[in-house]
Amino acid sequence: MNVADKKRLLREMLFARRFEERCYEAYVERKIGGFLHLYPGQEACAFGVMEAARPGRDYVITGYRDHVHAIKCGADPKAVMAELFAKETGCSRGRGGSMHIFDVEHRFMGGYALVGGPFPLAAGMAKAIKMKGDDDIAICFLGDAANNQGTFHESLNMAALWDLPVLYVCENNLYGIGTRIDRSTAVVEQYKRVDAYGIPSAQVDGQDIEVVFKAAQKAVKHVRSGKGPYFLELLTYRYRGHSMSDSNAYRSKDEEKMWSKRDPIIMLRDRLIEAGEITKDDYKAMDTEILDQIEDEIIAHAESSPEPKVQELEKYTLAENDPWVRGGRN
Amino acid sequence: MAELMYWEAIRRAHDEEMANDPLVICMGEDIGMAGGTYKATQGLYDKYGAERVIDTPISENGYTGLGIGASFLGVRPIIEIMSVNFAWLALDQLFNSAAKVRYMSGGQLEAPVVVRSPGGTAHQLGAQHSARMEKVFMGIAGLRVVTPSNPRQAYGLLKSAVRCNDPVYINEHELMYNLKGEVPDEEYFHPLEGSEVAREGKDVTLFGYNISVHWCLQAAETLSKQHGIEAEVVDLYALSPLDRAGIRASVGKTHRAVIVEEAEAPVGVGSEVMAIINEECFFELDAAPVRVSAANVPIPYNHTLERAAIPKVDDVVAAVRKMFGK
Repeated sequence: MNVADKKRLLREMLFARRFEERCYEAYVERKIGGFLHLYPGQEACAFGVMEAARPGRDYVITGYRDHVHAIKCGADPKAVMAELFAKETGCSRGRGGSMHIFDVEHRFMGGYALVGGPFPLAAGMAKAIKMKGDDDIAICFLGDAANNQGTFHESLNMAALWDLPVLYVCENNLYGIGTRIDRSTAVVEQYKRVDAYGIPSAQVDGQDIEVVFKAAQKAVKHVRSGKGPYFLELLTYRYRGHSMSDSNAYRSKDEEKMWSKRDPIIMLRDRLIEAGEITKDDYKAMDTEILDQIEDEIIAHAESSPEPKVQELEKYTLAENDPWVRGGRN
Repeated sequence: MAELMYWEAIRRAHDEEMANDPLVICMGEDIGMAGGTYKATQGLYDKYGAERVIDTPISENGYTGLGIGASFLGVRPIIEIMSVNFAWLALDQLFNSAAKVRYMSGGQLEAPVVVRSPGGTAHQLGAQHSARMEKVFMGIAGLRVVTPSNPRQAYGLLKSAVRCNDPVYINEHELMYNLKGEVPDEEYFHPLEGSEVAREGKDVTLFGYNISVHWCLQAAETLSKQHGIEAEVVDLYALSPLDRAGIRASVGKTHRAVIVEEAEAPVGVGSEVMAIINEECFFELDAAPVRVSAANVPIPYNHTLERAAIPKVDDVVAAVRKMFGK
């Protein structure tokens, strides 16, 4: 990772942070409805892993905390915000919402709201990749709490059994909604749980993007070389509650303060400042530019976009004009 | 035209579709080396290999989800779930992922996956191996549900289902795999929507699907010979979407309807068909529609009780006679 990469990633992560914070405000303004699960604090996970992979080409799937992963894959932030605003210009045509961001063109294969649901879907995408003989990989980002679902064990068993090219990335933010990991999970160290399936794994600091990147490079190399799945555990922390309806009262201020000192953006920023690569003013200017861009381009686009037409309520339920519905083309 | 057994017809459809498209795979428990519990995939493992004829672990939700994920990238999986009772474990992936992904992605992603599974009451299999769950599947938007009553349909519906871009659930029947019937020698694709008139009649319509079509046909013979009532039998091979036009046409002709289902009555195929008749054919009716359904009990092990739990041909005859006051 060279200096130019680090500077770019600093900008990308800061953009993601400001994007998510603006989502929070829009939710409070009632411009965004439903459930909203935000990402601040965990940015180094998505950006570090995807930086080591091929964004837009490797297939990515995740859970409901999905906006930032989509953007890193190449989704237009305007379309993501418009989706949150439930507009027809949204990346899922206003039918998906926060938990169902999709951008298949950039191989972001979706956010799914059923905890653990993406595990087998990722293995299936890897099966398809393998059948086609491509060197792409499937990457499945999910939180630590998803690992207690049966789908985790069923999928890892199959992925290992059949040497499928899938990278499982566990963003371990220590909480499943409001339940701390040691109160829900017998073996707290998630990377150890996959030993049962003979899957190689690693646990690293998920706040330091350079550490994440390095670990992900190794993981991606393993998976892409045809050696089967890999499991990467990233220790991280979300600043906000699980969702907007979560008052976040279950965590101590001391704990939150401790983690805020290990902010992935601040850490990278300070490193670049210390190395003399950027100044504090550069950073401030960049931040202002991002905030303006979000307001002037992204929010403005979402605000001014039309809603889906009620006449198209049933569109996308079933394939349109599928000849096999009528028994073929004749 | 060759006579094939139901399982042979399904096997032929698998074979032809796998030969036609290298991205068609089949997967399920014991379907590979062992050839499938009901022989529906017999010989395919040797012909197409372990990568395409996949013996899965006993992990229904996991492998169904895996098939769905593969379908996102253009693979066409035919997933066999050995018994519909086990399919319950896969409902999360089938309902939450496959059936919804086109809609919630705004049309970007589709899951062209086929899930086949037998249901029904066979011979003393007990409560947990005798489920009739088609009514649950047909209530899910985004999922097609078909249920073949004969080898021709079993063959043609699977062929169309594999090529259709929607997820399709095929409800088979444990007692029907050895049923013989004519299947066209040439390639044949059965429509995934609609219904078939299995017997023409003018006095009453008997609506059946899957095994109950055969009960209806037998009842129609008895009604004709012994009571002078000519029953039309409509085979609702597509349960979702249901053929409203076909239901309307037949009730418009006979003005009476009996719906025969092997499942319990509550929230069933019968109640759905009755609702359609009520909504669309009310002024055509000469009598209130009637359901002939199973007792609302888990299927018992005892053979006598088991037979008593599900409808019989005599029950269909009795229901029609009562309707005519005979």
